[in-house]
Formats: sequence, C-alpha cells, structure tokens
Amino acid sequence: MSLLKSILGTAVNTDAAEHLGKPTRRVDGPAKVTGAAKYAAEFNVPNLAYGVIVSSGVARGTITSINAAEIEAIPGVLKVLTHENAPKTAWLDRSHRDQISSKGGSPFRPLYQAELQYSAQPVALVVGETFEIARFAASLVRVEYDEKPHETDLHANQAAAHPPTDNSGGYTPAPKPRGDAESAFEKAAFRVEAEYSQPSEFHNPMESYASTCVYGEDGKLTIYQKTQGVQNCQAYVCSVFGLSKKDVQVISPYVGGGFGSGLRPTYELYLAVMAATALKHSVRVSMTRQQMFSFSHRPEAVQQIKLAANGDGLLDSVTHHAFEETSRKEEFLETVVNWSGLLYTCPNVSLVHQLVNLDVASPESMRAPGAATGIFAFESAIDELAYQAKTDPLEFRRKNYAEKDQNLDKPFSSKELRACYDQASERFGWQGRPLEPRSLRKGSDLIGWGVSTGCWEAMQQKAEVKAVLTADGKLTVSSATSDIGTGTYTVMTMIAAEFSGVAMENVSFELGDSSLVYSPVEGGSWTVASVGSAVKSVCEELRAKLFKLAGKMDGRPLGGAELADVTFVNGEVRVTKDPVKSVTYAEVLEAAGLDKLELDTTEQPQLIKRATHGCYSHSAVFAEVSVDEDLGTIHVTRVVSAIAGGRILNPMAARSQILGAIVWGISMAMAEEGLMDHGLGRCMNHSYAEYHVPVNADIHDIEVIFVPEHDEIVNALGAKGMGEIGIVGVASAVANAVWHATGKRVRSLPITLDKLL
Amino acid sequence: MINFAYTRATGIADAIKEKVEANGGGQFLAGGTNLVDLLKENVARPARLIDINRLPLAAVEPMSGGGLRLGALVTNADTAYHPEVQRRYPMLSRAILAGASAQLRNMATNGGNLLQRTRCYYFYDVATPCNKRQPGSGCPAIRGQNRVCGVLGTSAQCIATHPSDMCVALAALEAVVRVSGPQGERSIPIAEFHTLPSNTPHIENTLSPDELITSIDLPESPYAAHSVYTKVRDRASYAFALVSVAAGLELDGDTIKSTRLALGGVAHKPWRLPAAEALLTGKPATKESFLPVAEALFAGAQGYEHNAFKIELGKRAVVRALTLAAKGTAAIHDVNGQTADA
Amino acid sequence: MNLATANASPPATQFVTLTINGQQRHLEVAPWTTLLDLLREYLDLTGTKKGCDHGQCGACTVLLDSKRVNSCLVLAVAKDGSQVTTIEGLAAPGSELHPMQQAFVDCDAFQCGYCTPGQICSAVGMIREGHAETADDIRELMSGNLCRCGAYPNIVAAIEKAMDATRARLSV
Repeated sequence: MSLLKSILGTAVNTDAAEHLGKPTRRVDGPAKVTGAAKYAAEFNVPNLAYGVIVSSGVARGTITSINAAEIEAIPGVLKVLTHENAPKTAWLDRSHRDQISSKGGSPFRPLYQAELQYSAQPVALVVGETFEIARFAASLVRVEYDEKPHETDLHANQAAAHPPTDNSGGYTPAPKPRGDAESAFEKAAFRVEAEYSQPSEFHNPMESYASTCVYGEDGKLTIYQKTQGVQNCQAYVCSVFGLSKKDVQVISPYVGGGFGSGLRPTYELYLAVMAATALKHSVRVSMTRQQMFSFSHRPEAVQQIKLAANGDGLLDSVTHHAFEETSRKEEFLETVVNWSGLLYTCPNVSLVHQLVNLDVASPESMRAPGAATGIFAFESAIDELAYQAKTDPLEFRRKNYAEKDQNLDKPFSSKELRACYDQASERFGWQGRPLEPRSLRKGSDLIGWGVSTGCWEAMQQKAEVKAVLTADGKLTVSSATSDIGTGTYTVMTMIAAEFSGVAMENVSFELGDSSLVYSPVEGGSWTVASVGSAVKSVCEELRAKLFKLAGKMDGRPLGGAELADVTFVNGEVRVTKDPVKSVTYAEVLEAAGLDKLELDTTEQPQLIKRATHGCYSHSAVFAEVSVDEDLGTIHVTRVVSAIAGGRILNPMAARSQILGAIVWGISMAMAEEGLMDHGLGRCMNHSYAEYHVPVNADIHDIEVIFVPEHDEIVNALGAKGMGEIGIVGVASAVANAVWHATGKRVRSLPITLDKLL
Repeated sequence: MINFAYTRATGIADAIKEKVEANGGGQFLAGGTNLVDLLKENVARPARLIDINRLPLAAVEPMSGGGLRLGALVTNADTAYHPEVQRRYPMLSRAILAGASAQLRNMATNGGNLLQRTRCYYFYDVATPCNKRQPGSGCPAIRGQNRVCGVLGTSAQCIATHPSDMCVALAALEAVVRVSGPQGERSIPIAEFHTLPSNTPHIENTLSPDELITSIDLPESPYAAHSVYTKVRDRASYAFALVSVAAGLELDGDTIKSTRLALGGVAHKPWRLPAAEALLTGKPATKESFLPVAEALFAGAQGYEHNAFKIELGKRAVVRALTLAAKGTAAIHDVNGQTADA
Repeated sequence: MNLATANASPPATQFVTLTINGQQRHLEVAPWTTLLDLLREYLDLTGTKKGCDHGQCGACTVLLDSKRVNSCLVLAVAKDGSQVTTIEGLAAPGSELHPMQQAFVDCDAFQCGYCTPGQICSAVGMIREGHAETADDIRELMSGNLCRCGAYPNIVAAIEKAMDATRARLSV
C-alpha cells in the first residue's frame, strides 16, 4: 500500500487533474428534478400499514391512562402501541447507544415507561390500514397525566451548571488555561465583558423523518430510512431489538436534508420497527412537521466573555465561559469555547464549557455544532474590543493573527486565512469603512458593514470503499455513506473517475445501503476526507492491478513500459510518451479471463501526519446590512465569504454548500428561535409558519471565494470539507454589521426588529 | 383529522339548507387554506363539510352606484390582480399580495379570508389550553409566548389577533359584507363584522349560524391616488404581520380632506378609530400631523412580555404609512404589495 | 368522548375523475384524503413532496387547472373534473427535461432535492401568472417555496435562465 501510494499518490495535488477542481453538475440532478429520486417515505409496497405518532402534551410527570383499547376498536386500526403494551427491547442503556451518542448516557427509549422526559415526546403509535385512518384514530387518543414540575429555562437554571462528565466522538474538552487571563484582564488598556445568548434552534430539513419498514416473509426487515448513517441505524435496530445484521437492511438513497438531525437514529425508526415486528406487517411511520421539533436541536446557550487588549491593540486576555442545555439523561457535547483560544494569538486564555440538565429532548449536532455557537459570541466580542481600541475590526484581526494552534501548541497543516481576509475584503470593498457606527446611509436606511472570522476542524474518519470494474469497462464504487444534499454521489464519482481513469459517464457511485462496505455517518464535513480518500486509494489499487495484468498480456500492448511511464485515462492504459501503445480496461479484463475486477480498501486517517498539526478550515465573512431606522427591519444585502478549505474538488457543489451555509448563518442571525413556554415546558412555534427560516425574498447578493490551499497533511485528497465552515462566523458578521449600522449591539440571537426599536 | 362527511352544494339556497340540516356540525368549504389546515390540527372538527366552490359567487362586478362587488369565491390572487381592484383600490390589492404565498393566494377565497382563524400558537396546539378553542380552559398566551398576539382590545380571556392582511384594507375601505342565510340576505359593515374577544373569544364575527358570505362590496373610494399598505413582519415575505397599516388619504393640494387608517396584527379585528383619523382633517400631510394620530390610535394599548414593542412599532408604522400615502400611490411602486421608498 | 357510542367509522368514499399528467383517472376517494396524499400514497406519484402538510413550505406545489397550489390543503374529493400536473408530468415521459428542470440542474439550484419538484412547479406556475419580471419579483413570488438547504440564489438564477423557454412553451 505505502509503496503504491508513493508512486501514484503524487497525482493528488497536480493541476493536471481531469475532473477534480472542475465545476461538475450533480449526477443525481436529473432524478431530483423529475421526481424520480425516492426518499424514505416514498417506497410504496403492497399491503403497507401506517403508523401515526401521538406526542405528549406535558413535559414531566407520569402517564396515568391511555384509551388504547377504545382506539383499537376503531375499524381499520391494527394496533395501538403504548408503554403498557410495547414489546420489550434491550435492557441495557449501552444497547440503545449509537455511534454518535455520548458514551455514558441513557438514550431516550420511546414507549418505554410511564415517566415522561419532555414535552412532545412520543407516547403512543397508532397503526392503521391507511394513513388517514391512523391519523383519525390518533386524534382520538386521550392521554391522562399526573403532572410534575419541570425545568426548561436555561437562564433560570444556570446555577445548576456542571462540567461535562461524559464524552462523545467529535467533542474536544476545553483546553487547560494558559497564562493568567484574569490578571491580564485587570491590567489591560482595553476591555470587553459581555454575555451573549442564543436560543434553541431546530434543524428542520425539508423532508420529515420517516421510516418505511418492510416486513419480509422470512421476517427480515428492509427499512427505507431517512438518516445520515444507514449502518448506524442498522446497528441500532439490531442492538435494540436483538436482531441479526443479516436480517436488517437499511436503505437511504436520497435524504431530504439532514444538517445533523439524522446523525443518530430517530424515534420514528424505533417505532416503525417495533410495529412491524409486533404485527409482522410492513409499516411506515412519518413524523409530522410539528414532531420535527420534538427531538434533536441546537442547544440553547448563554456565553460570558471577557476580552482584553493592550495599548497596541494586541489581544492579551480571553475568558470564555459557555453554558449549554442538555437533557436529563444524556450529555450532548459540542466544542463551543475552544475556538476562542485558537483564532488569535493570545497568551492568557481561560475557557470553560458547562452543561445544564433540563426537561428537554437531547440536543444534537446542528450545522457546525459548537463552532456556530461559540464563534458567534467570541467574534462579536472581538468586534467590540476592536472598537474599544479604535482599530478597524479587520485590521484588529490581522494584527492578532494566529500563526500556530495555541491550544495544541502545534503548527497548522495549512491556513490561508490571511489571503481570505485580503481577497474577501477587496471584493467587498471594505477599504475606507468608517470606524464609527451610524456613518453609512442609503436613502433613509442605515447601512452597516461587519466582518468575522470562521473556523472548523478538518476531520477524517476510517472508511471503506469497494470498487468493481466489469468487462464492459464500467466502474461501480460503493460505500455506505449518504448524500444529504452535499453532492456525495457527484464528488465520489469525480474522484473515482480521476484516479481510476474510467470516464465519468462509466462510473457510478453507490451509497445509502447498510449492506455496502463500512462508512462513518455523514457529518462533521468529513465525508470527502474519509470516504473520498478511500475512493482514491481503491482506484489507485485498481490502476496498479490493471497495469500488472496488462503486463502479462500477449503481444505486450504497453511494450514493457514501467508504471511511471503510463497514463490511465478514458478507460485505457496508455504509454504517456507513445499513446499509440495502449490497451483498454475491457481488453485487459478479457485477456485475463476476468468478468470483473473487484477491490476493497479501508482508509485510515493520516494519524501520524495529523498528530503533529492543527487541521482546520478557515473563512473570512463580510456582511452588509440595511436597517430601516424607524421600523427596525433588517435586510442582509450582501455577504462575501472567502473560504480556505483545502482543495476544492467540485467547485459547483462546494459553492452551493457555502451559499446554503451562509443562508443558514443569516437565518441564525435573524430568524431562528424555538419559542419555549416555560410554564408549559413546551416549544410553541412548532411549524414552518412560525419557526422562521429565510424565504427567497430574504436572500440577496452572496459571493463565495475559494482560496486555494495545498495540504498534504489533512488527508490524501487535501480537501477539508465544505458542510460546516460556510455557516461559521456569518451570524457574528451580521451582528457586527447591525452594530455598525445602528450603534446597537445585539447580544441575543436572533436579531429581530424589536431589539432595534 | 376527524371523519367528516362531504357534500357539494349545488346552489346558495341548497348550501344554507345543508348547513341548517347539519345542526351546528357543518362547515362551508371554500379555498380550504385555513380550514384544511385546522382539520389536520384537530382544531376544526366538523361532522360535515359543505363544499361551496361551485356556487355562482366567483365574479368581480361593478355595482350600481359606483362600487365594486367582489364575489365571495373569487380567489385572493384574482382579486389582487384584477385591473379594477388595482386601479380603484390599490390598497386592497397590495394588502392581499402582502399576505401568504402565491400558491395560497391562488386557492384562498375572499369570503374565507374574512373567516381566517387566529395564528396564536396556543389556539393551534390542542395539547395546550385556549379559551378560543375550548372556552373556559384558560389563556396561556397572556403569560406565555405572545409575540404574535394583540395589544389593543384584548381581554383577560384572549389576546389573539386576526391574521388577515386583506381585512385590514377592507376595514380602511369601509367594505360591506353581504351574507345570505335562513332568514334571507343582509349586509354587515366590515367594522361590525369582526368582534373583540371580551368574554367570548370563541365568537369571532357577527355572522348568524348558517349564514353564508356571498360578496364583499367596496364603496366608491376617493383614496386610490394616496393609498398604501405597510406591513412589518419577521421576514421579508410569507409571514404574518407583526403590525400592518392600511392608509388612505384624500388630499386637496397639501391639505388632508379625509383619512382612512386601519391596523392589522394588533387586535382581534382590524383596528380602526375614526376619531383618530378625524384629527388629520384640514391638516397638512406632514410627520408633525401624523404623530398625534399614531398616539391616539394606540391610546390604551396594553403590551405583554413579548409583544409590548408592537405599541411603539405600530405608532412608527402609522407615521410611515401616512408619509408614504402622502407621496402618492404611484410613488410607491412595488408590484408585490410591500411598501418601499420610491 | 365515549368512542363506543361515537361514530368512529371512516367516511364514505366518493368517485371523482381527475386528469393527472394528461391521463384521465376515475378514483374512489374518501373526503379526508388530500390531493397530496392521493398522489403519494394511492397513485405512487411521489415526486410531489410533503414538507409540512400545512401550506407553510410549498414542497407539495402542483399545477391544478394550470394554477400553482399547495396540494396538501386540497381535498381531492372537491376537485372532481380538474386537471393536475405534477413534476412527473412537466416533461413528456422519455423526452428531454422541461427547460425549468434543465435550468435547475445547470444552475445547481438544489442540494437535497426535496423542495425541488415544488420549486419547479411553482416557477412554471409563476411564469404562467405573468407577474414576475425582475429578480426581485422572482424572489418575492417564489417565497412560498422554502428551501432549507438555502439554494435560493441558484434557484433565482435557474428561473431567470428558463423564463423565456418556459414562456414559449406556455404560448403554444
């Protein structure tokens, strides 16, 4: 392997790439624009029953009665599952944990007990012969409760905050303090001390969670599931229901958005499997839009920040203390405060991350988990400090540029953030921005310009990929990853074409099926780094194998050329300097008497190289807002974001990822807010009408710049991932622009118009 | 969703007869944009739906005496884009286009728009108490999440608002609602159509049981040249009003001859106060004239934890709307119904 | 409510005739079946998506008698005699994509693809309505179609690109 890599691996960063780096339309595009692409609730099988979920109306207490028997008497109702009659599932908590859950928590088990854990949790499943019958019957379910007092208010319960006691993958505990932040703060020339808050936010992908659980004649389950990880779901179902992996297949070819909400198995999967196995019947369970507010969410956060700079405008003290909500039974952990010790050079840093247990559903990663939250607060505070120091906020950031990862005391694998500042500010027209707020106007509107830095970790996971080259010269590459809209099908096809030499149209990539070889869940922006690197490896092995077989062919079509002397392109091996000497892959297989060539590779993260470096993507975000001074209405009129995200493999899809993430950032800044009624312990705006995300009319000019980075450390492809970095820093850039427009510093998201009146 | 029966009415008399026969369990189905939504939420639980979509109420017609009659079944979109509505009642056209989405406007009818239910979160969530949905159960909105609730004419039982944009313009235009019922036909001035919550928040209008809206009649209006609909909301489109203002001015040079003002998003009905409008008569169309009107409109307003800002916002929106109206309808060109500075 | 004495039977079905993507269908439907559920659960036309089921997202947009509507709020029983065009019927089967579909592919006007059929049907309906001229008009008049992936800038670009060709199709 390693020898092979040294020979073929050099192709990674050459500019001669045939596919990589070229804007490429989605290979799944035609299926998506014609309605042919099928999502989880769209696999229609004969004799399908429908399960409709009944949700609790109170947050805490005990269910005292459910009129299940009455409901089961309704014509067309097949079953009502409740905690009273639900079949037993695995006893131990660890059997209910999945790849993503925290290591020591008690995952929520639907219909497990009379005790309630949060408002809107599932309390019954009504299964009917048709969707309408099940929905009707569910509307007649009456649940009586013995209510107990609940706590859902983070602010009111801040005193109960505690350090994390658990751990989970992807979470980095806050680094130990360095220097003495407190005394540096006391001595400093310029100081900022402020509290920032952000409400719970709900992922709300357009497609609701759904599970079509097909019960086979042999008792095997084929589950069409909305998820970001088919194998995670398969393992969970097997573990919870005591089933064998060979009897459970989870399929998910298309996913109508995830954003983190589908990293863990969702409760409608549990209910669908329970109903299907109890009834020995195929069952579909879909969540309503209202129920999309009843599980994962970005946790509410309160953040206290103290920053100080010396007389030269150099950052001298950072204190960042974050409080986040979690549920009673699990610690949801995301990296919130570490970024504040990383983004700028600073000798004195104190970072603390604490949790408050509340009677709510367990939060879950939501686009750039932790970074979106922490960097909003920190980059707002940096802006406040820059103004204290009477320094242009971009200049302040440049001045305090971090040349190494101070949390880890290691160099960066690559960091073209300075070029991001340069290119984006140039494009935005930042130069000459007046320092004072309320300086810019257009007509009667106030105009403001804000800047922020963004950062996300460039991660890599173990992944396996299988490649099958058939006698017709077609290549099928597969791994059990997902395409949640990120363009996985397309980029993997491109990588496979690039490194196999098979033409794009003859390559297909398969994903979203638990029977495929191992892939981690799609999340954390690690899919290209992990699965993509494995695709590269397997295709390189394929080339080496083809070359070896070609060498054994009668008539020596390559004339004894060495591996270094040949090119693999368009399904042929050619002698580079004498292309007349060539042989097609089909001919190679035929000569070898093979109907196919099958290879399987597992790619491990580049741990040795990565261990000595800090690996991150960076961004510089510039935003312009226009504020109606009388009415407080805000429009984000322009955003320019420059991304240093390693090598960009498909600039078309990458740009779309960043555009979408900027829309998410605008949404976080201006719109999203789960409105909790703490008296009822319930989120009240549980609909698309009242939980606001931007509509088309909210979005104006957005420009994306990719700053090239050459990085051989992060992974074999040099790509850092595109899913998260685009959102990070957008909310702070917008908040900073609102301050520049109005002179009002809004420290609690979202920035709704009433906060400016 | 309940297991309702469905019948299709063949004529107005037939529709009313079916409604009477349903004995309180019937509801008319027109565009369905609000009713079908409420059926799915289990807020509406009719025994029977009487489909009135094929009744002959889908015309916009000139009235003798100069007004315009909008059939109850004309869609919101067809009304808003009707050349006579755009020319003579631009405020109405813009109000309609400021509401909902293009798809919903293609479905929703004028009669149905009058009967929209509130968007108060608690009304929509059957797991929570709500005096409007279930009289006597309580009003958690008063101490709860009340951003979308009212600040004028609220009661200790209910602080919900009427969500319509169209009705705000209709109030300013002094439209007349024509209805047909078991006792015959009658006309209800728009100001008397919607009610305040008081102790009966489940009653939202003065329709008698089994009456059917047949048209909305618009009287001649001298306000077409100086009409505006200003809507303030939490996103640029497809959101209910936090505050909205329909304003019309009749000017003689720079002097105001008469004024019409109605507010949305602040009360259980479109809010009008003719005494406040009268303050402007004979005054110049300037901000100084407008400020006292805004103050008068919100005199006695009561804010709650999350919506008190509507009082100040509402006053500013009134001044903005009047300022824009003074500039003239043509100066506020925006085909999509939102006001913007020309 | 005592269910033992209440009428808890499914409502009686009725017969309706709908022309769906050019094909006349005689269907037996219950009053509580929406056009959206009829398409997805009974006719296997799953291209029309259920995003919210409450008229708040536009994913279920179809052309009903040539007008764009939220099919989740339409009771199928009430539309006897109507014509319905869904994403599956925009281009003839086996033929090339409708210009709007092609423009969505060319402009990368989607990511997860779940709102896409609704966006495309809505865009075609909008062009037929004839009130969208500028990009700002498009943004406003397409605001009834949420895209959680945030593909709005590319959606506007796609619609601008396909506008003339779509208009030309309507006029023939």
